[in-house]
Amino acid sequence: MATSQSIIAPEAIAPAARGGARLTELPAPGEGRWTNGLFVLPFLVVYLLLLVIPLVYGWWLSLHDADLLSGTREFVGLGNYVELWRDPIFLGTVRNTFVFVVMTTPAFVILGLALALALNRPGRLAAALRATFFGASVLSVTVVTLVWRLVMMPDLGLFANLWRKLGGGPVQPLSIEGVSLAVVAVVTIWWIIGFPMMLFLAGLQQIPAELYEAAALDNAGRWRTFVAITLPSLRRTVALVIAIEVVLQFQLFGQAWLLTLGGPNNSSRPIVQFIYEKGFREWRLGYSAAAAQVLFALMLLGVAVQMWIVRRREAA
Amino acid sequence: MSALPSALSGGLGRRLILLAVVLLAVIWMSPLLWVFAASWKPNAVLMVRTDHLLSPPFTLKNYQNLVGTSSLLRWIANSAIVSLGQTALVLVLASLAGYGFARTRFPGKRWVFGFVLAGLAVPEQAILIPLHHLFAGLALHNTYTALILPRLAAPFGVYLMTQYFRAIPRELEEAALLDSASRPKIFLRIILPLSLPAQATLAIFTFLTAWNDYLWPLVSATRPEMYTLTVGLASTQTNFAQSEGIGFLMAQAVFAGLPIFIVYLFFQKYIVAAVSGTTVG
Repeated sequence: MATSQSIIAPEAIAPAARGGARLTELPAPGEGRWTNGLFVLPFLVVYLLLLVIPLVYGWWLSLHDADLLSGTREFVGLGNYVELWRDPIFLGTVRNTFVFVVMTTPAFVILGLALALALNRPGRLAAALRATFFGASVLSVTVVTLVWRLVMMPDLGLFANLWRKLGGGPVQPLSIEGVSLAVVAVVTIWWIIGFPMMLFLAGLQQIPAELYEAAALDNAGRWRTFVAITLPSLRRTVALVIAIEVVLQFQLFGQAWLLTLGGPNNSSRPIVQFIYEKGFREWRLGYSAAAAQVLFALMLLGVAVQMWIVRRREAA
Repeated sequence: MSALPSALSGGLGRRLILLAVVLLAVIWMSPLLWVFAASWKPNAVLMVRTDHLLSPPFTLKNYQNLVGTSSLLRWIANSAIVSLGQTALVLVLASLAGYGFARTRFPGKRWVFGFVLAGLAVPEQAILIPLHHLFAGLALHNTYTALILPRLAAPFGVYLMTQYFRAIPRELEEAALLDSASRPKIFLRIILPLSLPAQATLAIFTFLTAWNDYLWPLVSATRPEMYTLTVGLASTQTNFAQSEGIGFLMAQAVFAGLPIFIVYLFFQKYIVAAVSGTTVG
């Protein structure tokens, strides 16, 4: 496998050396350049077969009325997209998903930052607390939802116990329209708050200590230091956390599906559940694929808007 | 709490904040602790009340039922096979491709790299239906192959490894090239050992993602013996009311969370470093 060469041809090194900065890509003597592509080839094959082709196939499917149950497959152009636009259930899932993103993302930023600020200190207690808040995020969505369904059990759950102690009557938050989606949001925040907290902690660690020393010399109070130094230094981290959370929370599925089945009355049904139900319960592949493309577009749009805001702020 | 008013400056303020965070941590842990405590109580007691969990009677029955009647062990084994297999293959593919992109030259490299990075934007839902259809056409559903393969195409690992390889000092490689070592030899002997921290990060990310994956296994594995832990556990939740009892569900939640929690306790430092975007040297 290892073919060693006895002679170094100087002219093989020279062109690369002339490039100066391009030295990184120094070709070995007598080495056919195209063979370097072999390093990339295995991944590229997998990438083409399992991502690129399915993506294109998904676009193609979304332009067809492809129904597995009736066995139909005919080209309908943008028909599926028009139908989505008129489908109140789909529009409801889009609204629910937006509401969910709007409920969770600020919480991830504010609570994540607050926890990071409070726990950005040495010592065992702080380390244990960091581990506590992060711990839940290694659990899978099904363990998390099972735990919370038990907590939310009518009459016997932890929540019902506490609610009774506070003098409340029988209540089932998961079956109240308008509340169930909020519960899904709370469970999601409970589940993965550790992730933004860790990103903020990493961001805080990167702020140069000299900045704080300078502030101390200026006798700046803690609040002023926070506003003048900490927050501006964390701008990139805030942008990163928002981008990650928007993309992640747009993909809400497991928590809603397993906690509420999207109910009551579709009030907590997210877009991905719509995709899942149309594709794998009703087997309307084309319609489901079209809904998936809308989700994809919405996510791209969300990130684009966010990047535009960040750019504008930085330019200002 | 995010506001640190200057009135609360000095040691007292810091201690108050810490106290508040400790209280919050207790609230945060309470669902898990409550489920854990309840899992040791007889079902007959739990059907009546679920406070006073710390006083007897206690029982092992819930866990005995679990091992005796459910497929949880099988599902844990499936999840382990899928997660480990996926992690190993991602490491191989991403390391090779990362090295190719970071350190070698071949025709069209920049174009190919951009083409691969564009894939970072594609969410799994956008390819869910077509991927499922393709695997159905190949009669691959309900196999480990189908559970492992799709995520291998995610470009994140390639991106991560490319970034890491770019940061390795090129002098190390040049010396080897002058010694007429071949590319594969340089890769295996010099570059790969230096990239272990990045490999660890990528391995942790891939493993956690695979272990907790829900959507793809849900649509691909339809036979109970091929369920991963997430899908299997979810399948027992759908008939929540008619289940074998609250105690059983409590024990199931604990048991299903345990493997990954043990992994977390052992690799906590590395997992935290991995998600923070830094690597432990």
